[in-house]
Amino acid sequence: MLYAILCYDSEDVVCSWSKEKDAEVMTSLGGVLEKVAQQGRLGPVARLMPTTAATTIRKGAEAMVIDGPFAETKEQLLGFYVIDCANLDEAVETAKDLARASGSAGSFELRPLAVFNPIPPTL
Amino acid sequence: MTDLAWMHAALVSARPQAVSALLRYFRNLETAEEAYQEASLRALRTWPEKGPPRDPAAWLIFVGRNIAIDGVRRARRQEPLPPEDQISDQEDAEATAVGKLDDADYRDDILRLLFICCHPDLPATQQIALALRIVSGLTVKEIARAFLVGESAMEQRITRAKARIAQADVPFEAPGAVERAERLGVVAAMIYLIFNEGYSASAGEAPLRAPLCEEAIRLARLLLRVFPSEPEIMGLTALLLLQHARAAARFDKEGQIVLLDDQDRSLWNGKMIAEGLALIDKGLRHRRPGPYQVQAAIAALHARAARPEDTDWAEIDLLYARLEQMQPSPVVTLNRAVAVSKVGGAEAALELIAPLEDKLSGYFYFYGVRGALLMQLGRNDEGRIAFDRAIALAKTTAEAAHIRMHLDRLGKIDAPTC
Repeated sequence: MLYAILCYDSEDVVCSWSKEKDAEVMTSLGGVLEKVAQQGRLGPVARLMPTTAATTIRKGAEAMVIDGPFAETKEQLLGFYVIDCANLDEAVETAKDLARASGSAGSFELRPLAVFNPIPPTL
Repeated sequence: MTDLAWMHAALVSARPQAVSALLRYFRNLETAEEAYQEASLRALRTWPEKGPPRDPAAWLIFVGRNIAIDGVRRARRQEPLPPEDQISDQEDAEATAVGKLDDADYRDDILRLLFICCHPDLPATQQIALALRIVSGLTVKEIARAFLVGESAMEQRITRAKARIAQADVPFEAPGAVERAERLGVVAAMIYLIFNEGYSASAGEAPLRAPLCEEAIRLARLLLRVFPSEPEIMGLTALLLLQHARAAARFDKEGQIVLLDDQDRSLWNGKMIAEGLALIDKGLRHRRPGPYQVQAAIAALHARAARPEDTDWAEIDLLYARLEQMQPSPVVTLNRAVAVSKVGGAEAALELIAPLEDKLSGYFYFYGVRGALLMQLGRNDEGRIAFDRAIALAKTTAEAAHIRMHLDRLGKIDAPTC
């Protein structure tokens, strides 16, 4: 079974870490990931940019584009895609295509990736 | 998880929201700040024992308000404070308190707090110091260090600023749309000013003053989080990130200024650039351009160029022309001249800046640019005069040293003909 481990923390707190502190935490996490990778169990790893860089697409007859992160607490995170886009316009277009195809309610939140390791270096 | 470092970070990041909400309750900056301080002390005592609250800001607001109200009552009745757990132990009440404060309240609270610091009666340096003290929560010592002044001088400056604010009319009613936009503009300008205080530092001062740049970025992010649909705030945040990303490459080991074209681009901070590019991309989609977005778009074109020769100078020229229309200023025209020289040659650029001399006769950078353009055209004697002028106007030794380097090169070019 593949598991996704989703990271939640206070963005305010994490964004106010010093460069050294950030590097320290990443190195520490990297140590754990390295072991998992050596066992051949590590999939893609991504770090998202802050929610200030987020854009939300509200599904509907005419998809609505809203600045900012997804804020609806009555809906749950069900999945994600990682898509290479030339710019935000292209990302929005792709999300709108998905919105039309899905036919249900809900939202897509677009978050640019700060870090993306598609294939773990040790595999 | 409730270790000291975590608590410190949580308190720092909850501060703007907590102080600004307490200010709305008490309508007095001094009371609001004291209530926050007291609540923080209580947090340091109770969180390790009971675990951190779900929403630290809401906890601080609730506890801070209780403490301040009790303070008033106690002063009135000379009664002792109720036991600790009656004040701090209110997990359910905390949730209710948050419920009452919707996002719109938070948004106007934070804007008000920042706006108060921008009071027009206060000189710019006091505005900045006050914002760093009250909104960011930097200590007087930290602010004094960043401003390169003594601690007692800074203490005085902040006390004076607070006294003026206390006498001034502070707008507590919710602002209308126009007022809100105006306040947002004033606050954005103040944040940019904080950034420039740090950014204009010389190499020797940079380590002390760089925290100002980081603090400005933090405040811009804060503003963007409460106003997520304002393209100019996206532009401002992007601009600060893109400029600060070059910090490590701006001075060489001897502390000399390194121009953009000569910077080691591998020293640029790729993470900040990526975030800046994402934000300006997002802002420009609104098709409501403003000066911050245009400046960020210019910075973005520099950031996107892997090598100096890849820079899209024609686009930069167009963007500066746009900025000139939005915000006519001789300094903008001077900046544009650099782009013009790359696109249309030094002659065209000299022509563009010729009419600016009256207005910029006291500006180091004007004579630096003029000297460099004259040098490109081989008009070395005139170039030398311009550079001498620039050295006389230089504010930092790095600026003067940078011009001297140009003069040295002139000397070498001249040598064979002598």
